[in-house]
Amino acid sequence: MAPPLPQSQRSASPSQPSGKSEVSDLKLQLRQLAGSRAPGADDSKRDLFKKVISNMTIGIDVSSLFGEMVMCSATSDIVLKKMCYLYVGNYAKVNPDLALLTINFLQRDCKDQDPMIRGLALRSLCSLRVANLVEYLVGPLGSGLKDNNSYVRTVAVIGVLKLYHISATTCIDADFPETLKHLLLNDPDTQVVANCLSSLQEIWTLESTSSEEASRERETLHSKPIVYYLLNRIKEFSEWAQCLVMELVAKYIPSDNSEIFDIMNLLEDRLQHANGAVVLATIKVFLHLTLSMADVHQQVYERIKAPLLTQVSSGSPEQSYAILSHLHLLVMRAPYIFSSDYKHFYCQYNEPSYVKKLKLEMLTAVANESNTYEIVTELCEYAANVDIPIARESIRAVGKIALQQYDVNAIVDRLLQFLEMEKDYVTSEALVLVKDLLRKYPQWSQDCIAVVGNISSKNVQEPKAKAALIWMLGEYSQDMHDAPYVLESLVENWDEEHSPEVRLHLLTSVMKCFFKRPPETQKALGAALAAGLADFHQDVHDRALFYYRLLQYNVSVAESVVNPPKQAVSVFADTQSSEVKDRIFDEFNSLSVVYQKPSYMFTDKEHRGTLEFSDELGNLSISAESGDSVVPAQRVEENDKDLLLSTTDKDDVRDPGSNGSAYNAPSYSGSAPSATSQPLADLPFSSTSATGQQAPVSSLAIDDLLGLDFPVGIATTPSPPPLTLNPKAVLDPGTFQQKWRQLPISLSEEYSLSPHGIATLTTPSALLRHMQNHSIHCIASGGQSPNFKFFFFAQKAGEASIYLVECIINTSSAKSQIKIKADDQSSSQAFSTLFQSALSKFGLP
Amino acid sequence: MISQFFVLSQRGDNIVFRDYRGEVQKGSAETFFRKVKFWKEDAEGDAPPVFNVDGVNYFHVKVAGLLFVATTRVNVSPSLVLELLQRIARVIKDYLGVLNEDSFRKNFVLVYELLDEVIDFGYAQTTSTEVLKSYVFNEPIVMDTALMPPLGPASIFMQGTKRMPGTAITKSVVANEPGGRKRDEIFVDVIEKISVTFNSSGFILTSEIDGTIQMKSYLTGNPEIRLALNEDLSIGTNDYRGSGAVILDDCNFHESVHLDSFDVDRTLSLVPPDGEFPVMNYRITQPFKPPFRINALIEETGSLKAEVTIKVRAEFNSSINANTVLVQMPLPTFTARVNFELEPGAVGHTTDFREANKRLEWGLKKVVGSSEHTLRAKLTFSQELHGNIMKEAGPLSMTFTIPMYNSSRLQVKYLQIAKKSKTHNPYRWVRYVTQANSYVARL
Repeated sequence: MAPPLPQSQRSASPSQPSGKSEVSDLKLQLRQLAGSRAPGADDSKRDLFKKVISNMTIGIDVSSLFGEMVMCSATSDIVLKKMCYLYVGNYAKVNPDLALLTINFLQRDCKDQDPMIRGLALRSLCSLRVANLVEYLVGPLGSGLKDNNSYVRTVAVIGVLKLYHISATTCIDADFPETLKHLLLNDPDTQVVANCLSSLQEIWTLESTSSEEASRERETLHSKPIVYYLLNRIKEFSEWAQCLVMELVAKYIPSDNSEIFDIMNLLEDRLQHANGAVVLATIKVFLHLTLSMADVHQQVYERIKAPLLTQVSSGSPEQSYAILSHLHLLVMRAPYIFSSDYKHFYCQYNEPSYVKKLKLEMLTAVANESNTYEIVTELCEYAANVDIPIARESIRAVGKIALQQYDVNAIVDRLLQFLEMEKDYVTSEALVLVKDLLRKYPQWSQDCIAVVGNISSKNVQEPKAKAALIWMLGEYSQDMHDAPYVLESLVENWDEEHSPEVRLHLLTSVMKCFFKRPPETQKALGAALAAGLADFHQDVHDRALFYYRLLQYNVSVAESVVNPPKQAVSVFADTQSSEVKDRIFDEFNSLSVVYQKPSYMFTDKEHRGTLEFSDELGNLSISAESGDSVVPAQRVEENDKDLLLSTTDKDDVRDPGSNGSAYNAPSYSGSAPSATSQPLADLPFSSTSATGQQAPVSSLAIDDLLGLDFPVGIATTPSPPPLTLNPKAVLDPGTFQQKWRQLPISLSEEYSLSPHGIATLTTPSALLRHMQNHSIHCIASGGQSPNFKFFFFAQKAGEASIYLVECIINTSSAKSQIKIKADDQSSSQAFSTLFQSALSKFGLP
Repeated sequence: MISQFFVLSQRGDNIVFRDYRGEVQKGSAETFFRKVKFWKEDAEGDAPPVFNVDGVNYFHVKVAGLLFVATTRVNVSPSLVLELLQRIARVIKDYLGVLNEDSFRKNFVLVYELLDEVIDFGYAQTTSTEVLKSYVFNEPIVMDTALMPPLGPASIFMQGTKRMPGTAITKSVVANEPGGRKRDEIFVDVIEKISVTFNSSGFILTSEIDGTIQMKSYLTGNPEIRLALNEDLSIGTNDYRGSGAVILDDCNFHESVHLDSFDVDRTLSLVPPDGEFPVMNYRITQPFKPPFRINALIEETGSLKAEVTIKVRAEFNSSINANTVLVQMPLPTFTARVNFELEPGAVGHTTDFREANKRLEWGLKKVVGSSEHTLRAKLTFSQELHGNIMKEAGPLSMTFTIPMYNSSRLQVKYLQIAKKSKTHNPYRWVRYVTQANSYVARL
């Protein structure tokens, strides 16, 4: 309804009356007409009603006319009736007493001969939103649900939901949900069926917070009979209802692969629908059904590519943005599938910047050996773009591609060309990139330093860029002749430097420079330390004091702390955990994808309900991130259930008749020396830790000080206590799920995998056999390259104590994320060590 | 599921406001408008179509200068809501004939009536003009179309060509015409938006055609229609139908379309619902002949001077004209003055230097096929340029509309209407138009 608008918004349009006197005028006229049966009375009423509604829309309070409007409503003219309903619906809530006046005529209209009037009256009756009138709703709703006209039934079904929101108990007591359940499977009209589905989903979701039964009822909605019934009629539904049905199907868990293929065949032509919402809903079904079938899942990506691209280029920019966000998500998950389509991600000059940003990220993701040259050439065109934020993004994209690996040679040249373009923002962005590049490819330092050396620090204003320049001055001071003097002049201007980040870097760089060229830097160092100690910023002050005391203690120790030999960074830390990314993928075809955040981060708990089990999801993610012991529920179960089904299924196919006990795995003892020393050598980041105790500690410290995001390797491995596992442990999926729900996470870690392991991990099953040899059993697995997900369990030999493991492996980053839950939490560290060593041996001959 | 729906004018005034669920506070329209306005002012570009403020999700689409907005607190499908908003706009346009603030204000009771049937308690019920007709009783108050500025891609047909009854575009689907009788007619528009990027040497880097076959039917009695396309039309690269064939990368169809014989003879059959709708959307990335060739050059001619030369050549048949051609090019930041030099005898050309964003604009009212036009511009700079002048200017972009021309050669071979009687012979209009989407030449 029209809201009470501020008076200032009153339009000056002559057709719209304004002011108090006119309202009383209208009142008078309405009163005169109320009883009139004269010919043409209806027409004059129409005009009057229109004036009233017009006033209402522009925000004039016409509630004082309530009585007169109701009096005039005794008419057979449907247009008049509709206007009257509109008026009543708008003011009933604020005038509950007057609303009672309307009940009478609305109830009478609910029994009208004309189904249109019955439906309209029922809708208005349910829309009054007045709590003390609910008793009058039950009767008309009950007969509305049984009405022989489908229009009335559609209205009545939504009416039930409205009633539920006004008074849940009245709705449940009248047994309306049961009636809806019946209609859902029996009504010939598909819109009635669709509304039943919407209403029931909402009612059961809200009820399920307090009632076990309701949550069971909600589950039944995804049961086979209902899903099949709806699927078989899918083409009769309106396009909006089709979306609704497919959202439901996406939650359905088929019992075998043939069922999955049947559903996909049935829905395949939906991918050619002109409505983007239908296409996305279909894609969600396809993606979720095939999660556990790696090869089919990949075929789905191939199949949906063309329809998605067509949707992106047809329709309004807004619609195409919604589709593009989803394409973006898929590209990020499986860049290699889209690498030949990179031209579709080129930006058009007239596209809004929110679209360009997405496209730039996609271009970065799909770059590989064969297309990098063209992509980078294109990106360089954007760097001179009039749209400065996009120009910046483009330069960053070039840098990211360089850091990804391919053909760095040519890219470095281009970056250096950026530095020569002499546009402030281009220089700034390029400096930051050159810094990152040097951290990964120290071998380029000669070329880069030559160009960076020509940049005057006075021309660089942005803190990030300035910090990058200063970092390079410190790091390569031996190659840059005037480094000490540039630093010195920067120190002299200490007070004018507003960014603490820059001052921190300046301190560290002067230190580094000092170790390499002491006589030339001594003066600058003294000045920097003095300025730092006097700095009002806590971090700057602390760092200065720390350096000062270090130098006092021992200069060579100070050097090993501040400027230890560095290792090139191989992978920069990702900003988003794979956990969060998976959550977003689970919430495909929702706002989570557009915002690139899981729903718990932007919705209140009570509003998460209908689409997903997102509230539980939220819990899970929070608990996973903060590591505390919130018990995750429901969604894990959902998630795991389909994984469970698939593994069991696959196991049967692959190795009929085999079960855990068929493998005669030797009893495995983690205390064997080979088990612990082996993996360390293979871990790329821990190799330094093997060389000596000093190095890793100091390198970690300096990273921390510099605020650089080096991925932290595993520094030390505690010597494993003797923990022996039962090679013949048995656990049924039900118990696993129950335990997984109940137990808190006792350990959550990230390991690196050996290249051998990665190479062997082409299918989930390879790892399963391997782990089984180490008495760690798999209960469920799924995913496709590069992302695999496993659930393992193990049992302590001679005890009932069980360990549960969720293990997510990303083969492209060679990382595995592990969550361990244990009955006996005190031994979970020991188990983790065992698990890690078993995992690290994977793929070794 | 949405909570509120409203339509705002460009100034932010509420034109229509419907609260379906009462879950979002009343001030949402103001919150929304302020956010959209500040997005622009903060130089972050346009506000994205979906954003979240304090737990409320705002969706909006822009249609004919109006903002159609929906709000919700629930994590819904963004594509569903945006599609729904677009469709609501289309339904209202079907009824009112014209979408603008005035037509809304004159017909707001009708609009409320429509909104009540389209959405109930936040759930989409129906957006089919056909179905809505039986529920909606208000008659639209039709605007005087002669006073209306043309809207939408099809509006170009209103310009001059006598064969094309321009009124149809702005004709309400339900309102009767002054004579009291509805004219039996059907419009099929093949609208292609083309994107081409040329590199500095005139070589085509990327090209794409996004096409739509749009239909608007005023036929009485809903007869079945058969629409035949090129027989050699191929879809996807696996479906090769001989050389010279029109090859679509992909396409999709309106749900009323039956594809029973499409694989065999490329005919679509459908019973067109009332109102305007896309029969088929398609996408082509196969190379095609671009309608315009562009040559652009910028040269330094002195310490504070440079010269820009732009040459545009129409590559299409001389019987066809392009309308409303506009060429734009960003110039170096320090450009202070520009002197334009048009070729002798140029008619209907306009030139302009937009000081604020340092952009050159060259407008050509009409470009006849096979003709060539040149513009010279002498630039004066206020400061000396560093670096490469080529990197400081461009790229050049171009917009145009070419009626009765399509780049893809996709054709409607025939349009057959199931006849009720011998005398019954409805008007059928098949029209083509090509528009520039992103037509760019780099320097």
